[in-house]
Amino acid sequence: MAIGRLLIANRGEIAVRIIRAARELGIRTVQAHSTADADSLAVRMADEAVEIGPPQAAKSYLNIDALLAAARKSGADAVHPGYGFLAENANFADAVTAAGLIFVGPSGDAIRIMGDKAAARAAAEAAGVPVVPGSDGRIDDPERARIVARAIGFPVMIKAAAGGGGRGIRIAHDQGEFDTLMPQASAEAKAAFGDGGLYIEKVIEKARHIEVQILGDGNSAIHCFERECSLQRRRQKLWEEAPSVVLPQAVREKLCASAVALAESVKYRGAGTLEYLYDDESQKFYFIEMNTRIQVEHPVTEMITGLDLVREMIRVAAGEPLRISQDDVRMNGHAIEVRINAEDPAKNFMPAPGTIASLRIPGGPGTRFDTLLYQGYQVPPFYDSLLGKLIVWDEMRGAALDRMVRALGELEIGGIKTTKPLHQVLAADPEVRAARFHTRWLEPWLEQNAEKMFA
Amino acid sequence: MPKQLLSPLPGTFYRRPSPDKPVYKSEGDTVAVGDVIGLVEVMKSFTEVKAEFAGKIVKFIAENEEPVMAGQPLAEVA
Repeated sequence: MAIGRLLIANRGEIAVRIIRAARELGIRTVQAHSTADADSLAVRMADEAVEIGPPQAAKSYLNIDALLAAARKSGADAVHPGYGFLAENANFADAVTAAGLIFVGPSGDAIRIMGDKAAARAAAEAAGVPVVPGSDGRIDDPERARIVARAIGFPVMIKAAAGGGGRGIRIAHDQGEFDTLMPQASAEAKAAFGDGGLYIEKVIEKARHIEVQILGDGNSAIHCFERECSLQRRRQKLWEEAPSVVLPQAVREKLCASAVALAESVKYRGAGTLEYLYDDESQKFYFIEMNTRIQVEHPVTEMITGLDLVREMIRVAAGEPLRISQDDVRMNGHAIEVRINAEDPAKNFMPAPGTIASLRIPGGPGTRFDTLLYQGYQVPPFYDSLLGKLIVWDEMRGAALDRMVRALGELEIGGIKTTKPLHQVLAADPEVRAARFHTRWLEPWLEQNAEKMFA
Repeated sequence: MPKQLLSPLPGTFYRRPSPDKPVYKSEGDTVAVGDVIGLVEVMKSFTEVKAEFAGKIVKFIAENEEPVMAGQPLAEVA
């Protein structure tokens, strides 16, 4: 079934990205938007726009009824959920399908399995994918939780079974801490997700965050190699690369094959990412979770493979089989993405909405800027702080870093504070240049380098 | 003469610390300087709104979950 008209149930830079992919496929785009986004770049670029509610996300971008009504009203035959908001909401995927429309993503059931950490872990183990030592499934009984925590050894991580995006995670270093944090975590999970079920796993110290991009058509799946996203603040990624320079080729092959096996075991359709922790010293990787959507950092994979992941996910959603085989996916060079957020890195990343007084977008060879900005745009305070993603590609990582420094120098966003100064300091840091980092490297570095962020 | 408590930031105003908790302050309550009267959510981070002067809350001008601009009156204190 071909898609003729696509409703974009998201906003910001990813909405712009989806419009571009759809347009190249000859698909008309309908941008759903809140009243706060009536002047957004996506609304201006789309073929049509439909208002779905007031600024608050709960009443607009998270409002399933309003989105389905917008799809009906506009005559859309497919819905792209982007990332965040309802992208990994199985009920939304089911509701879209039940309304006779195509959901550009996996089935509601695949989202359900992979979206629940405990179920995803079970699926991973069944597909022969290594997982972090932890509870074999969700735990509701505090006494059993204590036994499991002792058995796997402290420190342990306590996670909400229904959680995501780093929310509801606590780390207990000993039994005493565990006894205090366990009830808190359960109550918080119940309040936040309506499900107090928990999941416990061992903390891998100094791990890298490495994830594998996959594409599936519901029958078979291929991988598009890995990304490394170890530079994180409060579990939010700020800097992403492809490939990971520390991964030996033999380990890369095993890792990527494990991702394909897991994706095929759940008959995955669309673009997805399997996240792993990687321990440099032992060269072991452990599956942690799957994101059943396109990810913010997908461009670094596009830059090293030459694929258009958003276009491919729309094609498979329309029922086409994958057009490329695993052998067609080749890795070339090195790509780095930095997130330009409306946050002041000199003031503890305080959010900085406001009006874009001036804008200079970097260009030149191997340089891409995916953004929601235009000059004069008023960045609304109601949503994510992501303004854009600066992505560079070059033949080697060192050259890519030099190109990033050059491109950051060209980037000018006048009128508001952004994370640009952070990335300028990071790109020049000897540890970053040597790729000597792990998921807990950035936070202490930020404390030591805070004074360098004034710019 | 009633004075107005203003929003320090643009964003979404909340009168409760979380949806299942009671409101920070009700109309008729007294407030001391530094008392939290609500939260403003801006780009997914939450900032407490504190009373800059003491008195009694006459009424809330902004409703719970209302989008507010920086400098917009949230409550009237006498």
